[in-house]
Amino acid sequence: MAEALQLLISGIATGTIYALPAIGFVLLWQTTGTINFAQGEFVMLPSIIMLAFIIFGDMPLWVSFLLTLAISAMLLGSVFKVVVVQPMIRHGVLPLIIATIALSILMRETAKEFFWNEAQAFPMPVPYIVIRMGEVTVTTHHLFSFGVACALVILLQWFLSRTRTGRSMQAVAQNPDTAAILGINVQRMISLAFLINAGLVTVAAVLVTPIYLAKWDNGIAIGLTAFIAAIIGGFNQVRGAILGGVLVGVLENFSAFYISTEYRAAFPLILLIAVILFRPYGLLGRPEERTV
Amino acid sequence: MRKTVIAALAAAAIALPGVAGAADTVKIANLIELSGNGAAIGRNWTDAVNMAVEEINAAGGILGKQIEITDYDTQSNPGTSRAQLQKALDNEPYVVLGPIFSSSTRVNMALTKRAGVPQIVGSEAASITQQGHPTIFRTSFGQAMGMPKLVKYLKEEVKAKTVALIYTNDEWGKGGRNTAKELMAKAGIEVVADVSSEVKQVDFSAEVLKVKNAKADAIFAYCLEEESARFLNELRKQGYDGPLIGETTLISQKVIDLSGANANGAKGHVGLTASAPVPALVEFGRKFKERTGRNTDHNGIKGYIAVYVVKEATERMGSFDQAKFAETLRGATITTKDEPGVLLDIRFDKTGDVDRESFLVEVVNGEQKVVSVLPALGE
Amino acid sequence: MLRWIIIAVVAAILIFVPTQLKPYGIFLISNWVIFCVVAMGLNLTIGYAGQISLAQAGFMGIGAYTSAILMTRFGMDFWHTLPAAAGLSFLLGVIVGYPALRVQHHYLAFVTLGFNILVYLVFRNEDWLTGGAFGIFDIPRPSVFGYATNDPLAFYYLCLAFFVVMFSLAWWIVRSPWGRAFAALRENPIRAASLGVDIRAYTLLAFATGSTFAGLAGAFYASLLEFIDPYPFSFEYSLSFLLMVISGGSGTLVGPMIGAALVLLMPEWLRFAKDYYLMIYAVFVMVLMAFCPSGVVGIWERLTMFMRHKRMTAAAAAAEEQSK
Repeated sequence: MAEALQLLISGIATGTIYALPAIGFVLLWQTTGTINFAQGEFVMLPSIIMLAFIIFGDMPLWVSFLLTLAISAMLLGSVFKVVVVQPMIRHGVLPLIIATIALSILMRETAKEFFWNEAQAFPMPVPYIVIRMGEVTVTTHHLFSFGVACALVILLQWFLSRTRTGRSMQAVAQNPDTAAILGINVQRMISLAFLINAGLVTVAAVLVTPIYLAKWDNGIAIGLTAFIAAIIGGFNQVRGAILGGVLVGVLENFSAFYISTEYRAAFPLILLIAVILFRPYGLLGRPEERTV
Repeated sequence: MRKTVIAALAAAAIALPGVAGAADTVKIANLIELSGNGAAIGRNWTDAVNMAVEEINAAGGILGKQIEITDYDTQSNPGTSRAQLQKALDNEPYVVLGPIFSSSTRVNMALTKRAGVPQIVGSEAASITQQGHPTIFRTSFGQAMGMPKLVKYLKEEVKAKTVALIYTNDEWGKGGRNTAKELMAKAGIEVVADVSSEVKQVDFSAEVLKVKNAKADAIFAYCLEEESARFLNELRKQGYDGPLIGETTLISQKVIDLSGANANGAKGHVGLTASAPVPALVEFGRKFKERTGRNTDHNGIKGYIAVYVVKEATERMGSFDQAKFAETLRGATITTKDEPGVLLDIRFDKTGDVDRESFLVEVVNGEQKVVSVLPALGE
Repeated sequence: MLRWIIIAVVAAILIFVPTQLKPYGIFLISNWVIFCVVAMGLNLTIGYAGQISLAQAGFMGIGAYTSAILMTRFGMDFWHTLPAAAGLSFLLGVIVGYPALRVQHHYLAFVTLGFNILVYLVFRNEDWLTGGAFGIFDIPRPSVFGYATNDPLAFYYLCLAFFVVMFSLAWWIVRSPWGRAFAALRENPIRAASLGVDIRAYTLLAFATGSTFAGLAGAFYASLLEFIDPYPFSFEYSLSFLLMVISGGSGTLVGPMIGAALVLLMPEWLRFAKDYYLMIYAVFVMVLMAFCPSGVVGIWERLTMFMRHKRMTAAAAAAEEQSK
């Protein structure tokens, strides 16, 4: 019994980590129609940049985080939108998908060639203390990640449904043409979506990388779980991503322990396929509607 | 930073082939992991090989001929390694060095067999020397040589009657686990847990739980370095402090760097380490660090020794005779008196495997400490 | 007329150049030719039926493992394994395609992605069947009417023949009423439906045909390497095949070949940029998508259109001059 509890807790902790990149992924897809296959690399690159600031710039984590946040906003937000997405979106979805796949290759190779080839340790955002509650252990990092992820989701949800800007973004997601007619500055909403994503992935980087270790090929695994979590959780609900991530984390752990560690990766995939076939809008999503 | 030096060296390396095939050079092909998963270890091997080549060339080369070494990147991929080996063989080298990844070696060794070219690999999979390849050699322990020592240590020193096993589910990890299981069965040790894990796996809670629950006398961990680090983190987090033993990949410097204090107490069987109480190894570690700014790992040592083995074998033959190469080396012993470059006395058996003393290392306060020296099996 | 000259030149190159190459070069070109077939298959699925499949490498693996297992375990002849490889790939293509085609394009991509990873896991875990992570060794080369193909050049010509057969098949499919139904589907699915084209059956067929191309190519790939392991069939390679098709020019017969060349052959020719080759390639693809999403073939077409336009305006100007 204690085992099941431990698996559950670890699964939730890992799952919230999986979920953060998923949130941004959903946001981008819904608001701008961009299926960003480089989302995993979007988490990897800020982590490498932060580490560079820490090691070569001799800065504390929080300073390097803020600097990297600014860089992400520029690179992964504005530059990505203007240079990559905008020229391509008029050609359709497939060219954009291809472009983001190519972008992911570019980002990986850049990190590998100009930064580090091997995995590097990454500092913990909060002092690392192991808390033992009977047979079950949890760490301060788990709690911190979970707290931050939930706070972000609540904040984002509030922003999207309670503020004018947020509702304008939802309008753009539902129908850009109608939104334009209603006087919403569609381009600005789209830019905002990219900026928010840039922020989300940078936060994800700080939380994910102490565990994943900073390495140029992290993005593949991170991106993959982000897609799975996003789709399972629900494509038109930001909070769906958290559920999706947690489900993936918990399911992996339980299947590894009770069924087969060799096939631990298979069960979230089976769930993914089942969800797509039978409930394509995801477990928390609502059918037909395109919202965030 | 270092990138400029490497770029400069690369530029020089590209320029050099223009001088290819001069009659007073001997061509050696370095078929190695320079990109992909194995890039880090491949780089150590290559840097050490280059160091050896420079030393030998400065001292007059092999039998008066300068060594001309060419790198071929396997990209840590067996298919690519085979293609690159073909490319290397098209250039008619005297000897092929590498690769390190067993998966690549097993694929491409058929080519060197067909061509009759001696190949000195850094791979550890047992099967490599069991295929009847007449000209293949190692300068480090294969799993078939290393595992028996480890199992012997488990049985006699740790006195473990039950063992929980965890391994990385790839060709290397599974091979090691298969060999270990076989040997433990023969030694009368019961394997009470047999847990696989993934390359790049992040969450080890399920695996650690399984291993802990088995309540074995000892845990035997055979994972890659990053995964070992994460495994150690989770293991310590869940409060395990019983006997924990593995191989180089459990207690390497990289793992210590990545897992910090969680590596303390882990023990590993190491064939080659610059921290051994052997002056030649320590000196090598120092030279390597001076040259590259990095600490070496056992792969660097493997590569360095390989070049010197080629030199010694050739000198014993008195000529560059590929056909006689294997005959000369198989069953031979090279002591450090014959050739100091081999760093430790080395004996080759009939299949190309190495028998040599090795070390039991424990991580104490973030550093590798040699706890005991295990003699060669043949003694 | 120009087209036939080009075809003749290309054929000549493909037949005679390899005789001048060393074994490594022959290997590379054989590999390229096999990948062309895989890419052509994917092209049928994407370019003609408009379905995004990220499972092409997985299907290739199915064909490869089927052939390898039958040859090494059961001693079957290579040629007898081909129907099995094709059949299994086709069947799995239908099974994967059938439910997946109920969903929209982007979702299909993820279903196929999931399928590829699952298939890869089976390849890697089931040692008793596939050799697991160790792979399968000593895969024999086929013999053609009694002639062995152990020689690299001989096997290359076999691969070339295979490629020609598959290319002709693809060409026939595209020209046939079938193929025209595909094109109608791609241009405008709703209109196609209103004209009585049974969308689902056709797209399923396109999908399964694409997967069969991959499966057959996989069997040849196994014999080329004389060894297979799970890694070339992972989903990252599926992404690579997708890139090949789109950067070459989807919806064209030649596009996939160009795309495969970009991925496989260019890195060899650009050896000086070896470390940076992937970066250059990635930037190239991105720029291509921004300016010419119909791929390299699209660039060619634009160029010829541009030339034609110039010629026409020049002729028109000349005619005007004359009439003055």
